[in-house]
Amino acid sequence: MTATATAPRRARSPRSGIRRGEAAAGWIFTLPVIIILGVFLLIPVLMALWVSVSDWSGRGSPFSSAVGFVGIENYAAVTTGDGLATRDFGTAMRNNAWYVLLVVPLQTALSLFLAVLVNGAVLRGRGLFRTAFYFPSVTATVAIMVLWLFLFNAIGPVNAILAAIGIDGPNWWADPSGILHNALAAVGITDGPAVLTQNDFLGVSWWNWLAGPSVAMSAIILMGIFTTSGTFMLLFLAALQNIGPEIQEAAMVDGANAWQRFWRVTLPQLKPALFTVLTLGLIGCWQVFDQIYTGTQGAPGKTTLTPAYLSYDAGFLDQHWGQGAAIAFILFAIIVLFTIFQRWVLRERPVSRRRARQYQLPTRPATATPATVAADQAPSPPDPAETRGRS
Amino acid sequence: MTGTTIDAAPTAASPKPAPRAPSDARRKTSRIGWQIALYTLLVAIALFYIYPFLVQIGTSFKTDAEAASNPIALVPQTWTTAAYERLFLRSDFPVWFQNSTIVTITVTLGRVFFVSLAGYALARLNFRGRGVVYAGVIAVMAVPGVVLLIPRFLVINQLGIYDSYAGMILPLLVDAAGVFIMKNFFESIPVSVEEQARIDGAGTFRIFWSVVLPMARPALITIIILSFQGSWNELSHFIVSTQSPELTTLTKGVASLASGQLSQGSQYPIKLAAALIMTVPVAVMFFIFQRRIMNASEGAVKE
Repeated sequence: MTATATAPRRARSPRSGIRRGEAAAGWIFTLPVIIILGVFLLIPVLMALWVSVSDWSGRGSPFSSAVGFVGIENYAAVTTGDGLATRDFGTAMRNNAWYVLLVVPLQTALSLFLAVLVNGAVLRGRGLFRTAFYFPSVTATVAIMVLWLFLFNAIGPVNAILAAIGIDGPNWWADPSGILHNALAAVGITDGPAVLTQNDFLGVSWWNWLAGPSVAMSAIILMGIFTTSGTFMLLFLAALQNIGPEIQEAAMVDGANAWQRFWRVTLPQLKPALFTVLTLGLIGCWQVFDQIYTGTQGAPGKTTLTPAYLSYDAGFLDQHWGQGAAIAFILFAIIVLFTIFQRWVLRERPVSRRRARQYQLPTRPATATPATVAADQAPSPPDPAETRGRS
Repeated sequence: MTGTTIDAAPTAASPKPAPRAPSDARRKTSRIGWQIALYTLLVAIALFYIYPFLVQIGTSFKTDAEAASNPIALVPQTWTTAAYERLFLRSDFPVWFQNSTIVTITVTLGRVFFVSLAGYALARLNFRGRGVVYAGVIAVMAVPGVVLLIPRFLVINQLGIYDSYAGMILPLLVDAAGVFIMKNFFESIPVSVEEQARIDGAGTFRIFWSVVLPMARPALITIIILSFQGSWNELSHFIVSTQSPELTTLTKGVASLASGQLSQGSQYPIKLAAALIMTVPVAVMFFIFQRRIMNASEGAVKE
């Protein structure tokens, strides 16, 4: 990864002879990137860090003498206060936690399922199916959200289809009720035990944390799965195509059936890709913004509020810049935690590879499998859909 | 995007030599059965993915009343291009389209140039601090976009380029992931190619421009696709860097349409038509470069 270590050092000094001037060229070539990333990425983060511990009101420069240092006040206001700021932040965290909890496993399972289906060796029209599944991933979140608003409107296609099979669909975008609460209500439980309703976290009672995503949020969850499964399908497909047929054949000779071969042979070899998909999914799912801005803006009943949107809302709309920046950094911390988690998982890989070697034939060269190499090359593949907030 | 699934009918089952034993024959029929099941499943799922877009196309040609009364039908009973006429003749839509085009083209050209320059330097030129620069580029790749909303606004505002093309374009002009892709690609080109040119007396920039860059076409196409798609679909950056109507991009404009700020009632045909037109350039790009787009997201550097 470090360029200095891997680059071939040349015997000749870089400062003499035919390679003279290389150092200057190197700096000139990289300067535009350094300047733009510095000015629009590094400096902004530092400025926002200052704003998050200041009482800047949005007027004038945040560095003027009128702006005071308030320490962790803004962070405290959104995490430990008993006011609206904390309740909103808690609600946003709850909504996004449910989003993550449902989207990450479902998109992973679905994309793996699609990849396995499309990977079939005898399959014709494979390209057509890949195209169909991947197309939503290249489309702008804004465009898909507009479509989703139509599909899930009270008298829209989804409810029309539900009605055709005898189901009375909900008024998706106006229904703030949590789906788990609804399920409990269906069996007669409408009030939680006091221990859950009396105690709270981030200003939201435990009973409400357990409400599940609202009906409106569920539609957005479905959209999350719809738009990302194609991208992750491609990652799985790449890994699947790098798996050599030998072990499969050996297992077949041993009499393993298709399910056993998938579960015991293929899946363990997909582990690196699986971890990549899971962590990229986790990172992406904490950044839900475009959908909310385009569609619901937190409504109904703040049940589609997400921390990313709340950060924007607190700063740009409510002029609580300090709190908005504080929320952004808390979100940053959450995402960094998942990135560290990813690193930790990747570091663990040599162990599992050694374990995998025990099962390999002795003649097989004990090098990294193509699958692990492929996953290695893409620590963070530039997801075309990213950009949508990734996705 | 129309009819992608239609010709994928379950016709496979490759012809094989005549079965030698009855058990073989039974296995073959069961395999054909499996194939049919597999294709049925795949076609069903594909319809699930494609149907929403077909509904979108159909609805954009319906009247408001029909969009509400008959939402499932793909073919309108009364065809009308009213939504499109309204968008192009009596709204700011052309301005949005123009802005998106300007920004996307500038950003894409800029990215291709800057990112390949830096990628080449990091892959091939020896200079003190190269490791630090590369580590820095990798580090900023990890900064998630949404936490930059407020920070970017602060800097753009301080620099006095808020609500201008400069504020929209400059921050998007380079992209760490692109540097990463280009660096990896340049490392795969044999050094001997450059040595030849160097002995002939070519300068560093000349070697880069006329020798190495033309060889990097596959990687460049990847960068072009990713930048085009990324900046065309970008929303949050334009929200925080502009406010005037004449600088509204398609994403921002369509989002404002969706939240009903510019229209009364639901007006789904107009909204869906706007979203559809917005999808067309990306879709065209997608179908031209399909294979490469798919590879781009597989390994980023696999060419």
